[in-house]
Amino acid sequence: MIQRLLAILHARNLEFLRDRGTLLFTTLLPVLVVVGMGFVFGGPERPLFKVGVVSAQLDKAADPFFGERYVEFVAEPDRDTGTQKLTHQQIDLLMQPGQPPQYWVNTDSPKGYIAEKLLLAAHADAQRQTVSGKAVRYVDWLFPGILGMNMMFSCLFGVGYVVVRYRKSGFLKRLHATPLSAFEFLSAQVLSRLLLILFVTVVLYVGISLIIGFHSAGNYLLLVLVAVLAALSMIALGLTIAARFSSEELVGGILNLLTWPMMLLSGIWFSLEGSPRWVQWIAHLFPLTHALDAARAVMLDGAGLTAIAPHLVYLAATALGFLAFGAWSFRWRID
Amino acid sequence: MSEAILEVRDLVKQYPATTAVDGVSFAVPAGTCFGLLGPNGAGKTTTIEIMEGILPPTSGQVLYRGASLGTRFKEEAGILFQKTALQDFLTVRQSIALFRGLYARGLPVEEVIRLCALEKLADRDSRKLSGGQQQRLLLAIALVNDPAILFLDEPTTGLDPQARRSFWELVQSIKARRKTIILTTHYMEEAELLCDEIAIMDRGRLLARGAPAQLLREHFAEVMLELPRQDLPPAARELNLNLIEGPERIEISTHDLEATLRQLLGAQVPLTHLRIRPANLEDLFLELTGSELRP
Repeated sequence: MIQRLLAILHARNLEFLRDRGTLLFTTLLPVLVVVGMGFVFGGPERPLFKVGVVSAQLDKAADPFFGERYVEFVAEPDRDTGTQKLTHQQIDLLMQPGQPPQYWVNTDSPKGYIAEKLLLAAHADAQRQTVSGKAVRYVDWLFPGILGMNMMFSCLFGVGYVVVRYRKSGFLKRLHATPLSAFEFLSAQVLSRLLLILFVTVVLYVGISLIIGFHSAGNYLLLVLVAVLAALSMIALGLTIAARFSSEELVGGILNLLTWPMMLLSGIWFSLEGSPRWVQWIAHLFPLTHALDAARAVMLDGAGLTAIAPHLVYLAATALGFLAFGAWSFRWRID
Repeated sequence: MSEAILEVRDLVKQYPATTAVDGVSFAVPAGTCFGLLGPNGAGKTTTIEIMEGILPPTSGQVLYRGASLGTRFKEEAGILFQKTALQDFLTVRQSIALFRGLYARGLPVEEVIRLCALEKLADRDSRKLSGGQQQRLLLAIALVNDPAILFLDEPTTGLDPQARRSFWELVQSIKARRKTIILTTHYMEEAELLCDEIAIMDRGRLLARGAPAQLLREHFAEVMLELPRQDLPPAARELNLNLIEGPERIEISTHDLEATLRQLLGAQVPLTHLRIRPANLEDLFLELTGSELRP
């Protein structure tokens, strides 16, 4: 069994490496994503500090402190919004003008410490209040989403189209005349794509981390485990779709039908907290939602194996379930 | 005759609109070359694909060495389909090695390459082969597990005469290794040259079965006379001759050559372009299927 699986795996890898167009696209895409992230989140020099001011509108002339260089002042409509942003270190300091002015500082924020000194230089009588909370920049939060989205497209479309092409050309029918089983064939496709996806994801991870200055709070091995299980689950899902159809257009349509809801509802771009319960219920059917929840828990909160175990179990179970269903419903030839 | 290596019993394959195979039974003795002949749509490919275990029959049985087709059959059978695409971007050697990896036992890749005269093409991309070279590669793949039984489904259709002859030589060298070969073909010359036994099929049924020479003896005690159409005047058509009309030539089959010639001379038929030949498989085919060959 292993010999047959390795023969197919080796041939598929050779095919992929020699298909220059696809290879170029697959390696270029991550580079483009990294460059894009650099463009959006890098760029020209930005103010060093960001201070929120509880005020409907910011009047620069109202306070000499507002004239400080390298500090960006933003109006916050109310105190609650301001303190929430401060807790997540989206601003470094929150100030409410008055006699004397009040301010809030995040004790976990080094930039808050400096911004506080600047404020006290201008208003020695300002009254101090504190909040605490670790910084979660949107870009840090988005980062696992970008990795997951890239993984999802590569998993679903990468294997789906290949299997349909093999079936259409009659190559699968020829393989069927050998002792190769559907499970062995599908496993080889899964492994080949898994190796590729892990490689691309590691390149993306390192590249984007360097650009946005990200450090994972959790264990890297755990992250690799999340990536492996997520990729397995989504590749197997792609194979399930490609298991019996012989039309690229049909399979392309079904894959689009799957990827769009996953793009919107798996929490790539924004958190689903606060969305209706039924939306969350649907979202939690998607492997990508579990993958992103687990990855964010590890990367942002430093969660351990136990904390993300339910997600891992879901990913592993769906991987096995999809693969078994794919092998069961697999068609070697066009009916 | 040796024991049957493959046996087909009451095979039926029904599709919603048609019955492709309609109660076919035969046995193939080990070490022989068995030819399945028939026009397009006769059910040859459906029959051979059921025998290969690729298509499930609606009813009936295929037995390999007395047992249903299973793992042993897959390990011991070599198959060349009518149309096969290989994996892209692989060389000839890598394509053969891929299939070698799928079998527990077989021949070394280099030996198969030598056997099918692919040495000079071994490092070429398999998509960049001519029709004849492609068929030799597909044959090499079919031989990679050193099969006991080899299925060739119209292996020389579309090849030029030279490529066809070189393919026949290859098949003869495989035959010499005492392999069982099951062949479907349109070409009577191919069947006469390679097959020890043939079965003629049309509309899903077997019409005749036996060694080519024996079938010809059974069906034709006569010889064939061929004349251009325009040489046969309307009066000659009244002569009670056994006429087979073609688009350009008319054939007359007869048991008594001298009597027929006398009749034709009596009807003042010009015999300048007359050809006399013994009946061949094509005549047998046309007599049994009533249709022209449609290669």
